[in-house]
Amino acid sequence: MADITVGVVVFPGSNCDHDTMHAVASFDGVKPVMLWHGSHDLQGAKAILLPGGFSYGDYLRAGSIARFSPIMKEVVEAAGRGMPVLGICNGFQVLLESGLLEGALSKNRDKKFLCCDTFIKPVNCSTMFTSLYQQDEVLSIPIAHGEGNYFAPPETVASLLEHDQIVFRYCDANGKVTDETNPNGSVNNIAGIVNRAGNVLGLMPHPERASEKLLGSDDGRRMFESLFRQL
Amino acid sequence: MAYTAKITVTLRQSILDVQGKAVEHALLNLGYGSVGSARIGKYIEVLINEVERGEAERICNEICLKLLSNPVMENYSFELEQVN
Repeated sequence: MADITVGVVVFPGSNCDHDTMHAVASFDGVKPVMLWHGSHDLQGAKAILLPGGFSYGDYLRAGSIARFSPIMKEVVEAAGRGMPVLGICNGFQVLLESGLLEGALSKNRDKKFLCCDTFIKPVNCSTMFTSLYQQDEVLSIPIAHGEGNYFAPPETVASLLEHDQIVFRYCDANGKVTDETNPNGSVNNIAGIVNRAGNVLGLMPHPERASEKLLGSDDGRRMFESLFRQL
Repeated sequence: MAYTAKITVTLRQSILDVQGKAVEHALLNLGYGSVGSARIGKYIEVLINEVERGEAERICNEICLKLLSNPVMENYSFELEQVN
C-alpha cells in the first residue's frame, strides 16, 4: 500500500515545522511533505498540520497574516470538505484567525512567555485526534507560547461545552483542573478545541515535542497515531 | 486625491491587557500616584487612494474587520484625513 501523505505547512517564521515533520515521519506508512505558504498545491495530502512558530513574525497579531497566505485558502476549503487539520500552538492561532475555530488567543495572564512541561487531559476522546487516549488520563506535553490565553465570549464557551468541542484542559499531575493549574489564564483551562464537524483541532501544547521517550514524554504520540489511523 | 486613515485598535475592556498593567505599575512606581490605569493599543496609518470619502470609509471598515483588528477581542476606530 502506498504511503499516506500528510502535509506540514511552512510559513515564514514557522519553527516547529521540522520537528513536526520528524514526528510524522516516525510512523510507518505515513509520508510527510512540506507545503510552502505561497503555494496553492496541497500535494495530495490527506491531512494538514499547521506547526508552531512565529508566522510572519507574529506581526499585528499571532496568526493574523498567515491566514491570508495562498496555502491557507486551500486548507480552509479542504477543511470545509472534511479534511483533517491539526493546528499546534501558532497553528492554533492561525486556525482561530482563519475562522476554522471559534475564539481568540491573547497574551498570557502573567505576562511571561511560557516554555515548560504542562499537564493536560483529554476531555473528549471521541474525536479523530484523541481516540487512542483514555478520558481524563493525564498527559505531560510541553507548551511554548506568549499568547496562549484562550478567550471566547460566554455564549461561545457555552456552545463549545454543549457540543463537546473542548478537547484538552490544563490540569495538575492528578488531573485536577483549577486556576492554579492554568498556565496562561485560558477560560475554563482550555488547552485545545475542535470544530463542530470534528475535523479541525487546535491546541497550544506541542504533541510533536512529546512524541518519543527520548524527549522526556511520548504522550503526544497517540494524537498523531489517532489521526493517522483515520486516514 | 487620497485619504490617510489613522486607525486605532484597542483591546476590549473585558480583556485583560497585560501590557497595559505592566505600564500602569511602572508609572505608579515612578511616583505618579494619580495614574489610575493604562491600556495599550495599536496605531496604524493606511493611505487610501480614493476620491470619495464614503468609499474610503467603506474600505477602512472592511480592512479593520478583516485584518487589522480581531473582532473577538478588539475594537477599532479611525479618522480619515484628506491628503492632496
